[in-house]
Amino acid sequence: MDIMKHIKQQIESNPIILYMKGTPEFPQCGFSSQTAQALLTTGAQFAYVNVLEHPDIRQNLPHYADWPTFPQLYVNGELVGGCDIVLDMYQNGELQQLIDGAAQSQA
Amino acid sequence: MTAERIARIEHALHQALVPELINVIDDSARHIGHAGARDGRGHFKVLVVAEAFRGQAPLARHRQVYAALADLMQTDIHALNIKALTPDEWHAAAV
Repeated sequence: MDIMKHIKQQIESNPIILYMKGTPEFPQCGFSSQTAQALLTTGAQFAYVNVLEHPDIRQNLPHYADWPTFPQLYVNGELVGGCDIVLDMYQNGELQQLIDGAAQSQA
Repeated sequence: MTAERIARIEHALHQALVPELINVIDDSARHIGHAGARDGRGHFKVLVVAEAFRGQAPLARHRQVYAALADLMQTDIHALNIKALTPDEWHAAAV
């Protein structure tokens, strides 16, 4: 399948999906680690893709939503942001609200 | 190398965003040995205070910063920690 279609399908079929370097258990980048930690505090289930194991996704995802770096968090098909934005939202409570909303629409 | 890189980043941000204030910090030393640091590009922290961010959500602000630095992302920057504020937000935060 075309890689952009594959990415689109991944993002649209997972209400919460984090593209990161490493895994939530073994993150391989400080920014990915902090973002995964913030997401874990919400208590919601989320999908993740380790872009270090998927070079084609790593190379093409930046074009998908015009965002050049990792991690990237998508909720309900929309890019939320990278590490700085997710951490700000974690600190001001918006992340929990967003994730709760996404988890509800999933149920 | 660090000073030149910072100057290039500041110049690109000035050109694109006409900011009231910019502060760029080279944070690369904290990432030595990290896989992303091996190609020689650096980790930077940027604070940009600009009217251009007014009325924009964080996502759009960060996109503007990334767009301004698009060329440098290929050559000098591996990772970027971004704080993008309007002058009003900056003054409110600084008080």
